[in-house]
Amino acid sequence: MSRTRRKHVVTRRTAMKGAGSLALLGSQTVTGFPAVWAQAPKVLRYLGTAVNQSPDIAKKVKEDTGISLEYIPVTTDDVSRRVITQPNSYDIVDTEYFSLRKLVPSGNMLAMDGKRIKNFDKITPVFSKGELPSGKKIGDQGTAPKKVMFLEGQNSTKFAKTPTQWATLIPTTYNADTLGIRPDLVKRPIGNWKELLNPEFRGKAAILNIPSIGIMDAAMVVESMGEYKYPDKGNMTKPEIDRTMKVLTEAKRAGQFRAFWKDFNESVNLMASGETVIQSMWSPAVTAVKSKGIPCVYQPLAEGYRAWAAGFALSKSIKGTPKADLAYEFVNWFLDGWAGAYLNRQGYYSAVLETAKAKMEPYEWAFWMEGKPAERDIKAPDGTLLEKAGAKRDGGSYDERMGSVACWNAVMDENDYMVKKWNEFIAA
Amino acid sequence: MRVSTANMPSEPQIEKGLPAWVQALPLAAVFAIFFVVPLFLTVMVSFWNYNEYEILPDFTARNYLEAFEGCLDRLLSTAPELCTTLKTYLTTLRIATVVWLITLILGFAIAYFLAFHVRSLSVQIVLFLLCTIPFWTSNVIRMISWIPLLGRNGLINQTLLQLHVIKQPLEWLLFSDFAVILAFVHLYTLFMIVPIFNSMMRIDRSLVEAATDAGASGWQTLANVIIPLSKTGIVIGSIFVLTIVMGDFVTIGVMGGQQIASVGKMINTQMGALQFPPAAAHAVILLASVLMSIWGLTRLVDIRKEL
Repeated sequence: MSRTRRKHVVTRRTAMKGAGSLALLGSQTVTGFPAVWAQAPKVLRYLGTAVNQSPDIAKKVKEDTGISLEYIPVTTDDVSRRVITQPNSYDIVDTEYFSLRKLVPSGNMLAMDGKRIKNFDKITPVFSKGELPSGKKIGDQGTAPKKVMFLEGQNSTKFAKTPTQWATLIPTTYNADTLGIRPDLVKRPIGNWKELLNPEFRGKAAILNIPSIGIMDAAMVVESMGEYKYPDKGNMTKPEIDRTMKVLTEAKRAGQFRAFWKDFNESVNLMASGETVIQSMWSPAVTAVKSKGIPCVYQPLAEGYRAWAAGFALSKSIKGTPKADLAYEFVNWFLDGWAGAYLNRQGYYSAVLETAKAKMEPYEWAFWMEGKPAERDIKAPDGTLLEKAGAKRDGGSYDERMGSVACWNAVMDENDYMVKKWNEFIAA
Repeated sequence: MRVSTANMPSEPQIEKGLPAWVQALPLAAVFAIFFVVPLFLTVMVSFWNYNEYEILPDFTARNYLEAFEGCLDRLLSTAPELCTTLKTYLTTLRIATVVWLITLILGFAIAYFLAFHVRSLSVQIVLFLLCTIPFWTSNVIRMISWIPLLGRNGLINQTLLQLHVIKQPLEWLLFSDFAVILAFVHLYTLFMIVPIFNSMMRIDRSLVEAATDAGASGWQTLANVIIPLSKTGIVIGSIFVLTIVMGDFVTIGVMGGQQIASVGKMINTQMGALQFPPAAAHAVILLASVLMSIWGLTRLVDIRKEL
């Protein structure tokens, strides 16, 4: 029995060997086109959150430069995790400035050479100097981009105090976040962050469950309530963290929060269904609620905005390879205007304003950037109607919104302690 | 089986040994790569140190000590209070126990119905497939669809309001313990049904007849014949449900509005903050407590013997 079986194996194996050599022969005959092999395919593996990874951008890049983007969409946490633990798994990363204090010391990111970025000098001074193009200083509490924008040298892991040639990230988008409200259910004007914890909205408020951002929103509330004034909301001391979490915990125990959200869609659902009427929110989420025909306002508040910014960096795994050239080509394309205009039309802000302006219609620019009433219907890049003619952007112009930034998303020195306290808060 | 192999002494030992090892190799390799190695790494990392962006090879009890930091002080203080870790474990355990009880009762009843009341095999199969419906939708779809059903302005609240049963919408329907338990029961009752049904189908029907002939009432047959003979299924189902619920953080997060702490969520938050060693320590503690409950269950029934 076993013998016959063995025989079978032998014959099958020989047959496969034969087939294999035939296949080899076949493949050898096909390699007669050296031109095809001479040029490696232009592919970039692009790690980031899904927010900026739009198929439209990928399509346009391919048309203009021939570069194919391979998107690797993960959560904000996973972007950091990958940069630190698997730098070989991507070529270019799109991450937030506040993560840099964790990412740069790992040595896994390559500083971007400003000399190779065509529009490097045209990048808005929000990043380089922490001020508006008009020269107005903006709030710099937390991890303001200017604090982590430049490195002392290409291989340095030290942040430079003044602008240098070496940038940690080349900025892509940034924005100013505030509370979203349902005006039809709130039924009165909202003007301060403290309204988030107003007992009037008991069981109808929400906050985001990303500790480092959630605690900043809470700090805005605490300051607004007049309880305490932080020297730096983005870098609290342990007693300050305790104080902030105490306010949040008391509110939670009193049933102030309907839910916490972590995911963009969750925040849209909470608001659209009327489960919450006031909550921390991101700009495109407000747009998403509005596009369902439900009134939603991205409410400007007296104490200002909590801002964030994101940008590109290369993986150290592509240092000195042709991939690095491709990555620079892509980043240059990104700052060249088309992508900036695309992002501006979603309510984000682009890093190089003038190139984006050139690619937008004047009425679009007036609505999104100058805070003027829309001359015509405002449409999203995919054609859905966002605002009817006559509407104004919540919070007004670029200068009004970015000029009122109070603090930036941050990683604190006491991050470890803060996360512990946050877990305690969730368990309370 | 055992007898038949013992009766073949003519087969040489070596030829029998090597193929057996080779045959066992694939599964052993899969286990080693995807289970033993990661588990070992987790235990190892749980003793490492860390800073904001790195994990540092070390041998420290820091992560375990910090997990239970202040627990004793708080318990012994004048106003006794549980520390975060104990409180979180207790919440998780409470939810797991309630879900286990409900799925057990439901699962047993459904399996009983399928095994003893449905006579035709095809009807049994159709009903069985019906039980798998919760698995047809993704978690995201469910997340979205629970809100219109249970929400403040949801179907149930609207109906009750219109019937004048309630005057104010019920807030506890969504983002509450109730919602979490409902979702778990909806999802995991099947894990009870399958093993219990399986052991019930193997009960010799003549035993039930004998019990009836001997004058046992329906309840007596259930208590003295069917339950003891379905014990294996009950224990296997219980292990499934307990282990899944203890480790879950997605369902608790979505249905609890992220406001209910669970051990899984705690680990998730720490991973998010790149604090791998404390996350690993919590994972080891969780594993130990789940293993303990499984050990307790297997004390009640020797699964291997009864399979």
